[in-house]
Amino acid sequence: MVRMARMARVSTFGRLLGCGLLLAGAGIFSRPANGFPPQASSSVELLTLPGEIGKRGGRLVVSLRAEPKTLNPLTAADAPSREVILGAMQADLIHINRATQLTEPALAKSWKVSADGLQYTLTLREGLRFSDGQPLDADDVLFTLRVYLDESVHATQRDQLIVGGKPLAVRKVDAQTVVFQLAKTYGAGERLFDGLAILPRHLLEKPYAEGKLSQAWTLATPANQWAGLGPFRLKEYVAGQKLVLERNPYYWKEDTKGNRLPYVDELVFLFVPNADAQVLQFQSGETDLISRLGAENFSVLSRQQRGYTMSDAGPGLEYNFLFFNLNEPGEKTSPDLARKMKWFREVRFRQAISAAIDRDAIVRLVYQGRGAALWGPVTPGNHRWANSSIPHPARSLEKARALLKEGGFTWASGPNGEPELVDSDAKAVEFSILSSSSNADRTKMATLIQDDLKQLGMRAQVVPMEFRSLIDRITQTKEYDACVLGLVSFDADPTPDLNVWLSRGGTHLWNPSQSHPGTAWEAEIDSLMQQQLAAPSYEQRKRAFDRVQQILAENQPMIFLASPDILVGAKNSVGNFHPAVLEPYVLWNVEQLYFKNTAENARR
Amino acid sequence: MSQRRGWKRWLLALATLHGIVACAGFFAPYDPAEQDRERPYLPPMKIYLVDAQGQFHFRPFFYAVQLRNGSFDQFEESSDQAIPLRFFVTGARYRLLGFVPSHVHLFGAQPNRIYLLGTDAYGRDQFSRILYGGQISLLAGVLGTGLTLFFGVLIGATAGYYGGWRDGVLMRAAELFVALPWLYLLFALRAFLPLAVSPVQAFFLIILVIGAVGWARPARLVRGVVLSARERDFVRAARGFGATDGYLLRRHVLPETSSVILTQAAILVPQFVLAEMTLSFLGLGVPEPVPSWGNLLVSLQQYSVLVSYWWMYVPALVIVPFFLVYLGLASALQQDASAAKIERTTGGGRW
Repeated sequence: MVRMARMARVSTFGRLLGCGLLLAGAGIFSRPANGFPPQASSSVELLTLPGEIGKRGGRLVVSLRAEPKTLNPLTAADAPSREVILGAMQADLIHINRATQLTEPALAKSWKVSADGLQYTLTLREGLRFSDGQPLDADDVLFTLRVYLDESVHATQRDQLIVGGKPLAVRKVDAQTVVFQLAKTYGAGERLFDGLAILPRHLLEKPYAEGKLSQAWTLATPANQWAGLGPFRLKEYVAGQKLVLERNPYYWKEDTKGNRLPYVDELVFLFVPNADAQVLQFQSGETDLISRLGAENFSVLSRQQRGYTMSDAGPGLEYNFLFFNLNEPGEKTSPDLARKMKWFREVRFRQAISAAIDRDAIVRLVYQGRGAALWGPVTPGNHRWANSSIPHPARSLEKARALLKEGGFTWASGPNGEPELVDSDAKAVEFSILSSSSNADRTKMATLIQDDLKQLGMRAQVVPMEFRSLIDRITQTKEYDACVLGLVSFDADPTPDLNVWLSRGGTHLWNPSQSHPGTAWEAEIDSLMQQQLAAPSYEQRKRAFDRVQQILAENQPMIFLASPDILVGAKNSVGNFHPAVLEPYVLWNVEQLYFKNTAENARR
Repeated sequence: MSQRRGWKRWLLALATLHGIVACAGFFAPYDPAEQDRERPYLPPMKIYLVDAQGQFHFRPFFYAVQLRNGSFDQFEESSDQAIPLRFFVTGARYRLLGFVPSHVHLFGAQPNRIYLLGTDAYGRDQFSRILYGGQISLLAGVLGTGLTLFFGVLIGATAGYYGGWRDGVLMRAAELFVALPWLYLLFALRAFLPLAVSPVQAFFLIILVIGAVGWARPARLVRGVVLSARERDFVRAARGFGATDGYLLRRHVLPETSSVILTQAAILVPQFVLAEMTLSFLGLGVPEPVPSWGNLLVSLQQYSVLVSYWWMYVPALVIVPFFLVYLGLASALQQDASAAKIERTTGGGRW
């Protein structure tokens, strides 16, 4: 799935499938639980995590940018809800390790894929229990899939489970074994199961039967009406202030010494709507971790490190880009826009703009050097999929001018005596660049681009706009010239980004939801993306996706700009702190985080 | 009599301040939109007369400033080369007072660059931006005041002079305008405007908004004065001799309001400059890269700028002398008006 950076998720379209690389389940062995909780049976097959041995106790406090809208995994579409639910409260069958970016066993202790890549046989851990003590078995998995796939529930994960145009079929073999049947091979393979929270049938079957499932599990749900499989369970919600989670005693992971995880007793999410306020709270020690920091705030915090350590985890998976309105001019298109669209559709015009943009200045001025210049959608944070043969041409105004000249543009004398770029009809080249007003970084990029283009004689105007109306303009009314936007991939694999590259995708921003690919190169990308899904080996998939990156670099439907580093910080007393470049950046191993000095933490 | 001349001194000070801003192109060394991408957030440069060896120079000079290696906003002076400040240099082209093309600047240091008040996030000269920004902000204040007073006098005089239902309607309308939550209405209004508003359109929009919001208060004041002037003996006498409404208003009633209007003008200009700053600060003003005092302050919305770069506060301080002079002028005018009134009443031999 792809998310508009820091903002609402745009609905995903059907993902296509293929068979992926297989990773055998890592060494799993069961060991008797160390006497806690007393009612848990001794036959729980725990997952042992390597890492520092921590201390029990303490309360970990983090801030959230907004209040989660729901605690229901079925309807959670906003970033805070997803962070809380998937990061701390729920668990999936197979999980993508945020540090290694590879899949590893979670609720399923192992899995097998049939030779044709269409059948996944998953074996559940034995003795698993929900956070309310009720046991989990294959029926819960079946129930979960039925609910996700039920159209009347409107689950956000539904698209993800439609593979090759057909919903995933699931069959129970015995209480511990389920078989998933795909209609077509799926490139990313078992990564499909990541983020698919398994739901408790004993609590949700009744609301489902009554058709009230999507209203169930709001923030106001009493703690005893809620159950999950994640490291923490619901304790208390204070509207407008905080969400308090407590340690789930039935959690199914342990450290190498056999201590049950998680280490901390409580996880508190404070709702702090403002980035600067989050910084202040972290500075004053009210919160223990901070993530999603901008470069400016990161350097402020780094300058006065007191009791905390800031770290730069390197480029994440966010890619920022400028794109032009490449939609077909329709009946409602204003003549003015139709005239501008002629320039935008000229590939040399886009190439010239790409050549004129000073990406190094963007990295330096917008990210204070904490980022990477981009010439393609795959960031340096994603080692496995980047096409290293994509050229990284240095900024060249001469090349840009030559390209514009080839494209039929000329220069005339403007009102102030400066040269002014004009098209073949002697009309001055002027356009506006939209940016989200809530994202200062992108507005800054647009302002730098504006100045770069001025040197080509183009007059660009930066129009900061509220994010919702911006998305509305791009995907609905299509009345805009150009826009600076960013996307964050949830996963390093290219498959979740299908929606961006397929011409029928809703996030195919420059010309969304086409019934037929409008250009030859878009058609080629479509077929390469399908090929990538069906290819059996990583090398073959990589070859197809490399070609996609090459086509994008040649045609510049998106002019890629830069990718920010993941900047995070933690109190020195927090142990096992290993930030990842995949979301949730600092909480991905929340069950392993602990306080080196629990007495100090308790004083707070 | 010395008291009566007080306001002239204030007016002179005001003319000087406005003159500097109006001739921003000459006083500012650089184009306000020109970016120096190697030097973002550069602190103000120091101007020296005595060099590192203790030698005195007649010509002021400064040292070149370089980015410290591997840092984003830490700069260091290299004291091995003194760069003299030059006067009346040629540089970026501009139009003096908006129409005389020129490229002479008061000072500069080509090919080096001097940043008296440091640079902003894009390495743009803060000093030049403040001067150019003043053009937008002050012009918005002055034009907005003109518009406001025009409507204020028109409506206030009508309401006060004719009274009755006209007075009722106009004054209730004025109350309504004062009571409306303007800021929120403006945000709504912005959504209906075309996507890209050019700086000129945005500027006139600001003036229009200021004028539309501001007329109510002066209108009420003028109405009060007109209401009392209308019943004065000499006005009644003139009416008794058959003077028309137009004559009475022009000749007897409106002159009575002149001191109120002038004082109002001196109070309203700084208020409207502040209004422009508020609108721009909230993103409703002139768009980037055109500077105005309000959008120069926008970066202060960020905590990191607030604690790291003190020179970004300077645009907020610049308005202080303008405010003081305008308010000084307002009180001098008021004193002058009351003095004139006393003179007229005593010297007129009414007793």
